[in-house]
Amino acid sequence: MRRFSWFNATSLTLGFAFLYLPMIILIIYSFNESRLVTVWAGFSTQWYISLLQNQSFLDAAWVTVKVAIASSTIATVLGTMAAYVLVRGGRFMGRTLFSGMIYAPLVMPEVITGLSLLLLFIGIGLDRGIFTIILAHTTFSMCFVSVVVSSRLVSFDNSLEEAALDLGCSPFDAFRLVTLPIIAPAVISGWLLAFTLSLDDLVIASFTAGPSATTLPIRIFSAVRMGVSPEINALSTIMIGIVTVGVVTASIVTKRSSIAQKRDEQAAARTA
Amino acid sequence: MRRFILIAVPYIWLVVLFLVPFLIVLKISLSDAAISIPPYTPQMGLSAGWAGFKAFVSELDFENYIFLSEDALYWKAYLSSLQIALISTVLTLLVGYPIAYGMAQAPDEWRATLLLLVILPFWTSFLIRVYAWIGILSNEGFLNQFLLWTGIISTPLMILNTDTAVYIGIVYTYLPFMVLPIYAALEKMDGSLLEAAEDLGCSRTSAFWLVTIPLSKAGIIAGCFLVFIPALGEFVIPSLLGGSDTLMIGKVLWEEFFSNRDWPVASAVAVILLLILILPIVLFQRNQQKQREMEQ
Repeated sequence: MRRFSWFNATSLTLGFAFLYLPMIILIIYSFNESRLVTVWAGFSTQWYISLLQNQSFLDAAWVTVKVAIASSTIATVLGTMAAYVLVRGGRFMGRTLFSGMIYAPLVMPEVITGLSLLLLFIGIGLDRGIFTIILAHTTFSMCFVSVVVSSRLVSFDNSLEEAALDLGCSPFDAFRLVTLPIIAPAVISGWLLAFTLSLDDLVIASFTAGPSATTLPIRIFSAVRMGVSPEINALSTIMIGIVTVGVVTASIVTKRSSIAQKRDEQAAARTA
Repeated sequence: MRRFILIAVPYIWLVVLFLVPFLIVLKISLSDAAISIPPYTPQMGLSAGWAGFKAFVSELDFENYIFLSEDALYWKAYLSSLQIALISTVLTLLVGYPIAYGMAQAPDEWRATLLLLVILPFWTSFLIRVYAWIGILSNEGFLNQFLLWTGIISTPLMILNTDTAVYIGIVYTYLPFMVLPIYAALEKMDGSLLEAAEDLGCSRTSAFWLVTIPLSKAGIIAGCFLVFIPALGEFVIPSLLGGSDTLMIGKVLWEEFFSNRDWPVASAVAVILLLILILPIVLFQRNQQKQREMEQ
């Protein structure tokens, strides 16, 4: 029994207005002609042009994308391995420590993660740059990947894997041919999550980046500290646009595939 | 052999890049600041063997922790972080619950879209979402322009660079973390329980307090911890929206490290922050565990 009352409608309207108005204002004023960001002076795309000519932003964006692709890919491999070990690995020495190390980074304040990694890199004399940011991002995002993947591993039937093993598959082939296709959606969303976390991270990157590498969030943060600027509005609009297209596409694709899967299951049930 | 590699690779990665760094923080928090590179003593001298190790251990002390406990700044920073995190968690709950409730009551065909609308900001850059508020809350910002235009106020309100702006920022950025678990709990709720309550003479309001709220308790608890835990160590929001008198421990740690370059004190600040966080983290894990057991 559901009753969608005026109260529900009001709270949803106000709630979503609160969530979206700030971003909508940001987007509208990125097309403002004036440098004063709160006074409308006419439509213009000049801030997008000046953004695209700003070499320091472009360099930072390129560093950020490289870091995000590398760290999310390594994190997906490591996180999937960790999830598999936790769910299917059985008992081994130090299992409690292992699961602790998987869950702790999820709730660890970023300032502490950043500080501790920086002290490690300095301690072993590793020069800070792109490489150290990749190491840092991989470490915290592999834990997110492993949580996403292990929830999928828990929910699917182990007997499929055992059947493959009984039929003569090697454990590796059983994983590659049976388990991996089943958990693939979780692995992909794990990768996407890791990628976004890496794109988004300011605090950990600030600690682990050296003077040679600046990521986009670090660049934005130092610009924003000086106050609001229309170039940052333009940059934000581009980033919001990319995320919106990505998330909406992903949700449509998942919806389609789940409908197709349901249809297949129904068809299979009819023939059986 | 394969199993060994499967376990060893992520294990070693986490030991080297999570556990060891944390032990280094612990160790440096017991060291003394020094004008050298790196700026602390003593250094671990492995070449000196056992005697060197003993000398190293004997030089470690709790001086930084004593310093922290004696300086009112740090006390105030921890307390005000706790206060800000607590108040903003309650505010997020008050804003988030009606949204989650509305979503759960909405017609089935709307739900996927509503869910997408809650998740979308979560994927959008955190920094940009905080930045969006600077233009709204500043003295000549949109909120003040609007309030002046309606005639509610005659002089602009000072909101940016105050604790109020920090509360708004935390509620705004962490709202999806509150809405999603509550929605998940409400969605599973059996509507016939409400009908039963009303048949038995409950008014709609008391049915809400006696049936709906208790049944969504697990979601409320999960949501509150998901907001409280990260808000406590928050750095970006207080530094962009807060004022110079907004004290939050994440900001203090950052400044201690980058501006004062006092690594031992920064490390001690980090260790104490972690000790404070252990209790809510354990409670959160217990809530999740209970939740999983109930589902099975």
